[in-house]
Order: sequence, then structure tokens, then C-alpha cells
Amino acid sequence: MTTLLSLALLAVHLALLLTLAPVLAGIVRWTKSRLMGRVGAPVFQPWRDLQRLARKQPVLAENASWLFRGAPTIAFAATLAAAALVPGFALGMATAPLADLLAIAGLLALARCTLALAGLDTGTAVGGLGASREMSFAAFAEPAMLLVIFTLALLAGSTNLDAIAGALREGTAGPLFPLGLALLAMLAVAIAGNGRAPIDNRAALAETGMVHAALALAYSGRHLALIEATAALKLLLWLTLIAAIFLPFGTATPESGLLVWLLALPVWGLKLGGLAMALALFEAGVAGMRVFRVPELLGLAVLLGVLAAVLLAVWQGLA
Amino acid sequence: MGGHHGAFSLDVAHLLGGAVLVLSFGLLYQRRLGGLINAYAAQSCVLAAAAAWQGWVQSAPALVVTGLIVLGGAGVAIPVALHRIAGRLQFDRAVVTQPGIFPVMAAGVALVLLAVLLAAPAAAQALPREDLALALAVVLLGQLMMIVRPAAPAQLVGFLSLLSGLILGIVGVPGMRLAVELAVAVLVLAGAAVAGVYLLRIRARFEEVDAGRLERLGGAAQ
Repeated sequence: MTTLLSLALLAVHLALLLTLAPVLAGIVRWTKSRLMGRVGAPVFQPWRDLQRLARKQPVLAENASWLFRGAPTIAFAATLAAAALVPGFALGMATAPLADLLAIAGLLALARCTLALAGLDTGTAVGGLGASREMSFAAFAEPAMLLVIFTLALLAGSTNLDAIAGALREGTAGPLFPLGLALLAMLAVAIAGNGRAPIDNRAALAETGMVHAALALAYSGRHLALIEATAALKLLLWLTLIAAIFLPFGTATPESGLLVWLLALPVWGLKLGGLAMALALFEAGVAGMRVFRVPELLGLAVLLGVLAAVLLAVWQGLA
Repeated sequence: MGGHHGAFSLDVAHLLGGAVLVLSFGLLYQRRLGGLINAYAAQSCVLAAAAAWQGWVQSAPALVVTGLIVLGGAGVAIPVALHRIAGRLQFDRAVVTQPGIFPVMAAGVALVLLAVLLAAPAAAQALPREDLALALAVVLLGQLMMIVRPAAPAQLVGFLSLLSGLILGIVGVPGMRLAVELAVAVLVLAGAAVAGVYLLRIRARFEEVDAGRLERLGGAAQ
């Protein structure tokens, strides 16, 4: 019975993620437009774009290898696998025993590196530029993410996301301050990983400001649709991850009562909506950052992660 | 001094103290004088919240008063004065950080760890070691700020944030007498430092530029 329930949970979770991801991207885009005084495309526009792109035949460069053709699929599959591990409205999905934060970070890194390789594949200048920037950001973002994971592991005694979310939900975890530091570091990593302002501009038209847009510049048709879907799914994944760790209240567990189960979905939706609004507000308010200053910001995230992990280790060791 | 000594209230106290510390890093990260002053104002506001929270936790209304004084003095008056002085004296708006931001940040993290390790054996019953560590770290970061920034106004802000660390330490001690008086004394010291830099700069201007230019400067600011 529990196996059946956990499988059903996983199926509902994945179906919701796949349908909601482009809508969430649309909500962020629409809110941002309104805040900037523009009318803004309707929130379902990303879905329409995906349908339009999926019908189109991709145009490939003459020297494009199998890697270039396969990269969008690999990146989407890796992101989807990571998304299946992050608990959304309920804990105890079928994938819960596998939901190690290190595995999630690894799957996201796989998607990132595959797209960077594909950017280099055709030998265009812009693709190489994007790949170089993406990897130099990753060199700072990945250690920062690892330090956040270590901090959470110290708090909850496990790197399993389901266990961490459960421990934080019960409120049995230790001091809040290192957790706050970890949140700051994770937000910086999330902004860099999703290519949001001030680090990147997804709608960039000038090559100097491009990171993710440069990687996708040589893609078209259904390949581009997959890349766009991956980006939308990744944004939803990160918001879900942040909600699961730092806003752990209101999630259902297999032991919860009926009321909690009924409320779990709306609460999850509210959390995502709130985070999306916060993201749009933040993006509308900040100015873009020079590419050379980004490693400084991500270096700061690494330092905050170090601080969080060491403070927690010292204070726990002394307690 | 019964107070509400729950784990939660201690946690919130640490969170507020930690936010003061994080804003110290924010001060180190700033590279514009205006941003620096605003970051200092934000730090002072969080410090005022920390003082008021300690007042509630320790059931000491005096600390709430301290919080209000800090809010009015360091959160509003001093930043406004600094903005006006910076505008009138036409300070260089770019704040240089000598060995670069990242090495300074790394040094800052090392100082915080030093403070934590120093505070660990000193776990007196008077001051919980987390509070002591946070206050000491803010003081050390203020000193670091004064070392790495050659410009006088930026050094001044570093000194002011060092004083914030002192206030954070003062309000963290349960049953500390004269907390209000000490906080006021620290703020008076801060105000004197601001006025001192202002006067020194005026004198420097008198020596290097003619009085006519100074009059035009004064006219332009009004």
C-alpha cells in the first residue's frame, strides 16, 4: 500500500512539474514585465513557444556531431531525473531513498556540462564564449553548493534531501544562523545556475551579456524546445528545492492526516508563487552585473558556505 | 531577570546577531560610498532590532530603549549626516579596497573563525559564547575594513561598524547595567568621529583651495 502510494506520489509530482514548469517561467516573465511597466506576454506563452518550436525542423551546422544533437536530450533527462528526486508537496515519494543532495547536484552538473560541450561543438565563437563563462561560474557555484550540502548534512545528520526536509519540518535542527548563511549561498548558486539577473539575461540580444543564451544560439526547432523546457524545469526544480529546505512547513508525509494532505498542494503552490514573485521583484530591481564581477559574487557564496559549515561544526562540537 | 529563555528566542537572537555580521560582509563588498553608507544604515537597523529583541528576551525595557536610540542615531541620523557630508565635500564616490574584494572577504572569514575559536573557551555564564563570537567578529571585521580602505570616509564607516560590534556585545550580556548609557556613549563617540572627519576635511579644503571655491561649494549644496 505504501509502495503504491509513493509511486502514485511520484507520478503526480512529475506530471505537475512538467506541466507547471513553463507556466511558472511565464509567471516570472509576466510579473517582471508588469513591474517594468510593460504589458507582458500571457503566462501560457512559454507553453505556446514550446509547441511552436517542437513542430519545427531543427537546422544543424554542417560540422555538428552527435553530441550537439544529443545534448538537449541528455540535459533534459538529467534535469528531469533530478526533479524526480526533489520532494514537492509531499515527502516519502518512491524516489525518496535515492534523493541524495549530492546526486541532485551531480545530475544538474551533468546537464550543465553537456550543454557547455554542445556550445563548443560547432566551433562558433559565441557558443565557446557561453561555454567558457558557464564553466567559470560553475567552478565557483559547485563548491558553494557542496558547502551548503555539508551544512545541511551537519544539521540533519544525512545528505538525503527527504531526511533533511523532514528534520527541518519537525524543527529539530540546530541553530538558525548557519542555516541563514546557507540560504544566502544557495540563492546565489540558484541565480547563477538558472541564468537570472544580475548574472545573466535570458532575453539578451547582445553577445557581451550572454551566457545561457549564447549556449543555445546555434540550436533551433525541437532541440531548442528541449533546451527551453530544460531551463523552465530547472527553475521550478530550484524553487522547489529552496521551498523544501527553507520553507519546510505544510508538506505532507505518509503519516499525515487528511487535512494536511488536502492543504499540501495549495501550500506548495503558494510557496512557489511567492518565490516566483520574489524572483521577479528581485530581477526587476537589480542592474546587470559585469561578467568579471560574477566570480566575486559566487566566491562570496563559497565563503558564506565555508562560514556556515565551520560555525555549525564548531558550535555542535562544543555543545 | 526571569525572561523568556526559550531555545527559539535564543535562536532569533543569534539570527539577528548573525545578520549584523553578514551585513559587515556587505560593507566589505560595497564599492561605492553611497552604498557603503546605506549598508551601514541597514546594519544599524538590524542591530537596533537585536537590542530590542534582547530587551524582550531578558525582560529589560532599558534594552528596548537602547534599540530605539541605536535606530534613531546610527540607523537614521549618522547615515543622513554622512550622505550630506559626502555630497557637500564631494568625496570620491568610488571606494577602493586595497588587495581586492575576494582576498579581503577570505581574510574576513578567517577573522570570524578566529573570533569563534577565541570565544569558545571563554564561555562565561555572563555572555553566551555565540553572542560573544558574533560581537567579536563584527569588531574584527570593522578593524579589517579600516585597514584595507585608504580613503578617510570609508575608514570612518569601518570604525562606525566596529562600534556596532561593541553595542552588539553590550546588549547580549544578560543583566548588564548601564546598557543604555554605554550605547549612548558609543553613539556619541561615533558622532564625534563623524564631526571630526568633517572638520578635518574642511580644514584640508581651506589649505588647498581658496575660500571663494569653498563658498561656491557651500552655495551649490544648498
